[in-house]
Amino acid sequence: MFALVDCNNFYASCERVFQPQLEKHPIVILSNNDGCIIARSNEAKRLGIPMGAPAFKYKRTFKKYNIKVFSSNYPLYGDMSNRVMKILSTYSPNFEIYSIDEAFIKFNGFKYFNIREECLDMIKKIRKWTGIPVSIGLAPTKGLAKIANKIAKKYSFQTNGVYSIDNEEKRIKALKWTAIENVWGIGRKYTERLKKNGVFTAYDFIKVSDFWIKKNMSVVELRLKKDLEGFSYIKLNEAITSKKYITTTRSFKKIIFSLNDLEERVSSYTSHCAEKLREQKSCCSSLLVFISSDPHKEKRIYYRNSFVITLPYATDSNIILNKFALKALNGIYRKNICYKKAGITLMDLRASKERQLTLFNNDITRHDNLMIVIDKINMRFGNAIKLATQDPNRLWKMRQENLSKRYTTELNEIITIRNKT
Amino acid sequence: MKISAPRLSFFKPNIEKKRKIKLVLGDVSAGFPSPANDFKEQRISIDKEVVKNKEATFYARVEGQSMEGAGIDNGDLLVIDRSVSPEDKKIAVCFIDGEFTVKRLKVEKDCIYLVAENPKYKPIKVTSDNQLIIWGIVTYVVKKI
Repeated sequence: MFALVDCNNFYASCERVFQPQLEKHPIVILSNNDGCIIARSNEAKRLGIPMGAPAFKYKRTFKKYNIKVFSSNYPLYGDMSNRVMKILSTYSPNFEIYSIDEAFIKFNGFKYFNIREECLDMIKKIRKWTGIPVSIGLAPTKGLAKIANKIAKKYSFQTNGVYSIDNEEKRIKALKWTAIENVWGIGRKYTERLKKNGVFTAYDFIKVSDFWIKKNMSVVELRLKKDLEGFSYIKLNEAITSKKYITTTRSFKKIIFSLNDLEERVSSYTSHCAEKLREQKSCCSSLLVFISSDPHKEKRIYYRNSFVITLPYATDSNIILNKFALKALNGIYRKNICYKKAGITLMDLRASKERQLTLFNNDITRHDNLMIVIDKINMRFGNAIKLATQDPNRLWKMRQENLSKRYTTELNEIITIRNKT
Repeated sequence: MKISAPRLSFFKPNIEKKRKIKLVLGDVSAGFPSPANDFKEQRISIDKEVVKNKEATFYARVEGQSMEGAGIDNGDLLVIDRSVSPEDKKIAVCFIDGEFTVKRLKVEKDCIYLVAENPKYKPIKVTSDNQLIIWGIVTYVVKKI
């Protein structure tokens, strides 16, 4: 039996723990730089605010409905997530943190336990200790547990936050209830194709022949189908689809004109991505750089372009990646454009230890030790070492106009109790 | 020219007598061994004493004097354990009508009082008209002298 534990509206819930007056109040959380909406409380969802929408377009709506807007406070969300995960890990040794607000738990050999009771206890404990509400889906496979969780959440009043798919009837009903675009692991691209072929629900999906799926999709989707049929194909700690790319995209605070300034930004984004790449012990063998002007300024020329470079060999070195990223940037830079946004995506990721060496180039592993040292230094002293193309004085200053306090990680930002009564 | 053969004499090792040599493994350092080594213990950690449940512990800073009788003064740091159950006579961080406050709980049959420990402040009677959240129980007060 698998349980998927998912925090309800996690970012909004974190904010509410320290500002309880916002309970039942609509909340939205904005991305880094306050660019777009990345999380909404149920109340904000009900007001029709879409996920991913640019924040400035909804300024009036925010005001009209008195919606509380927050910049993303990752130090707070990260710490609250750690607390929740630590509590969850005490329930079973077989445990997988799936994302900042989700974890799978495998209950093996729990036949003398009432798992539903355990789950209700889990919900109560997490709520009391941390203030975070969670929902739990129970099912024989991970794919089904995901769906059970959605049901638990959607009908929380009837389910008390726990829903279990434990017989055939419930499984079929749940699959029919789940739209294909909401099935775990089915991306936007496949959703389109499936819909064209008359597949609209998870139930339709399991009726598709193995042959068709293999031919038109991949073995990953085939295993997902088996999982939804109730055969546990996706194991614990097995990512259904590995992270295929790492990307950093930012809007600039001020418009940029010069190639020099753009180069500085792209270098910084590249270093940031490369750090993440090394953290997950991968290398990449191609990268994409894109730049764009402000699409919302209608009077100016709109320009957007991107460039993909295939690297001569897979690497995780800042220095090499930066060299090629700047090459790509030089290929698409045009003068007299008001640039508002740039980004880099590292693609074709593979594990570093599986990296292919080439016959004529001994340089591939040359930077390995250097990168280890740079990462260590930067971890300890906070981005102390940068590439020469990066501005040494520029900090990663983000626009965070509605940032809440770091209540749990900074002593001078903890809750203040005004004991005046 | 005549080359004279070098004169070599061979010595035979004496293997009749067996000698026992003790094998010593590990490093030998020349200094006097620390007599304290056998008594090594962890240095005292206030954190360990004060934080009984890491996952449920939060901190808050107090402004105001309404709890001075309980030793909670302006500027003190409170250690709050949310896993401790609220009971009569415990000191709790409460959220009432849109504000955080710290008070001693007084649980009666059909109502709760939030009692200040300062004669200048009256107890707050919590009725169904109030919105009360007992946010956590205060387990320690840290104050700077």
